[in-house]
Amino acid sequence: MSASLEPVDARSQKVTRPPDGGLRRFLDANRAALGTFAVFIVMMAIFAIASPIVFLHWPIYNSVLVTLPVALCLVVPLVFVVTVGEIDLSFPATMGFSAWIFALLVQAGFSPFLAILGALATGMLLGYCVGALVVTASLSSLIATLGMNYMLRGFIMIVTQGKSIALLDLQDTFAGNLFSGDFLGFPVQMFWALGFVAFAGLLFNRHRFGARVHAVGDHPDSAAQMGINVNRIRIATFVFMGLGAALAGVFSTMINFTWWPTTGDGYLLPAIASVFVGGTPTWGGIGTITGGAIGALIVSFIQSGIVAAGLSGFYVQFFNGLIIILALLGHRWNQKRYR
Amino acid sequence: MGERLIELRNIAKSYGRVFAVGGVNFHVDRGEVVGLIGDNGAGKSTLIKILAGAIRPTSGEILVRGKVEANWNAARSRDAGIETVFQDRALAVQQTIVRNIFMGREIAGWLGLLDQARERHEAERLMREIGFTSEIFTPDSIVGQLSGGERQGVALARAIYNKADLIVMDEPTTALSLTETEKVFRFVRTVRAGGRSVLFIGHNIHHVHDIAERFVVMDRGTVALQATKAEVGSAERLIGFMEKLAHPKGIDSLESAQ
Repeated sequence: MSASLEPVDARSQKVTRPPDGGLRRFLDANRAALGTFAVFIVMMAIFAIASPIVFLHWPIYNSVLVTLPVALCLVVPLVFVVTVGEIDLSFPATMGFSAWIFALLVQAGFSPFLAILGALATGMLLGYCVGALVVTASLSSLIATLGMNYMLRGFIMIVTQGKSIALLDLQDTFAGNLFSGDFLGFPVQMFWALGFVAFAGLLFNRHRFGARVHAVGDHPDSAAQMGINVNRIRIATFVFMGLGAALAGVFSTMINFTWWPTTGDGYLLPAIASVFVGGTPTWGGIGTITGGAIGALIVSFIQSGIVAAGLSGFYVQFFNGLIIILALLGHRWNQKRYR
Repeated sequence: MGERLIELRNIAKSYGRVFAVGGVNFHVDRGEVVGLIGDNGAGKSTLIKILAGAIRPTSGEILVRGKVEANWNAARSRDAGIETVFQDRALAVQQTIVRNIFMGREIAGWLGLLDQARERHEAERLMREIGFTSEIFTPDSIVGQLSGGERQGVALARAIYNKADLIVMDEPTTALSLTETEKVFRFVRTVRAGGRSVLFIGHNIHHVHDIAERFVVMDRGTVALQATKAEVGSAERLIGFMEKLAHPKGIDSLESAQ
């Protein structure tokens, strides 16, 4: 007797497509960023409970909003670099170097606007050099950019002999107010930085360049086989990092109208932590600009929050580390990994 | 016979002193399905990587529609109307179906901003055309969630989107189920019916014999046979020829040698 070739149970439920709503898509696309935002809310709630007097009043927010733009200018381009599958540890020196050019040009009597253009060009050129070195010589970006960071910083120190440059003349000028004043009660840098974040977000998510950054970081061989110039995309992310570092350098110099030879040094680890706290994974191919920006917000608030909560500065490091680990664990659980 | 679409003249590729491909002459005409067969290491994959511009030949000429190409690379190959479905499918698994279909070929408008609505619409249409049967996947689904056959579908969708004149398929039926293989065959026939050409690489001689109308057999970096279906006859004869290539003294000689 032969068995009949009929499906066993034709009535069983077939897998169907879930409702394809806009909200669903938004949640899926912004999973990491929303997770980071949740971390931020929880952290702020804890701070507010621990120290209501400080956190229910404006000054603490204002003080964070002055330095946050500098961090944002660094974190956002770093998301590009990490997504393309590289890392850049040379941006603190690039930041210091570009700001140095800015200070020198202003000191020499050039228009501050021209000086800013000079700084941006310097940052992009340094970014190009770092990127070209890493990419064309196929060096490990972790080690090569660390070397570049030391080398550039050393160069600055040798030439300036560790002396700072005061630009107090810039205070109360048009340029000074444009980049370092108050606007609608907020530090004006914040608006510039938000504009930069929005621009970078557009570039990352809605632009051909961003699409290729994702493809190269995800699977470089596939991207190359599809005709994408992989090396050019990689170098371009380093150039963008240089641009962000230069902007950060100008903003940080304009806060106190003084350039220090150490400008940028303190940002290395906080900026890198912000990228990963924000939900960009380490393995490349995916990343989140919004998450990175919120990550920068979290990292900026940890320091002031802990001190304001009445704990000594000794606790800052401990909680910095704790938040980073918890955020990473949270993202690990929140994220599906396909490679 | 149709127009000569692409021609390789004396193409050789060596790694140091080892030749992967040693002086191959090879062509594909418009509207034909060519089957490329040969043992592992015969140089098939090297040849199609040269066609795709993924690797540069050590010597030889590549002609597209009768014209010699000077700067042959992956981008130029796609511009010339050659789409390759690689054996590993060349997909970025963390990206969406849309992003994979338009990888390197983004639909962008003003200032390079992506036209996402059009991309999604086109992707949906291509997925239907390829015969994506599962309803749970949208153009926004991540490729890493798909099965092998569905991933193959994404790679095929990418190949037809560009309206390429020649679609090169490197072992497209390996590791596919029966119905998925049938889908690939249907795909090849559709492409062929549209007056376009297919270069079909495969290990399953029956598959290749079924689908192709001309055969190129490679052996140790050279072309051992070029013949039409009529000249070859049955799949069994083709298999017999391949066996003779591998064991010139016959299979029996192996046993007697022991």
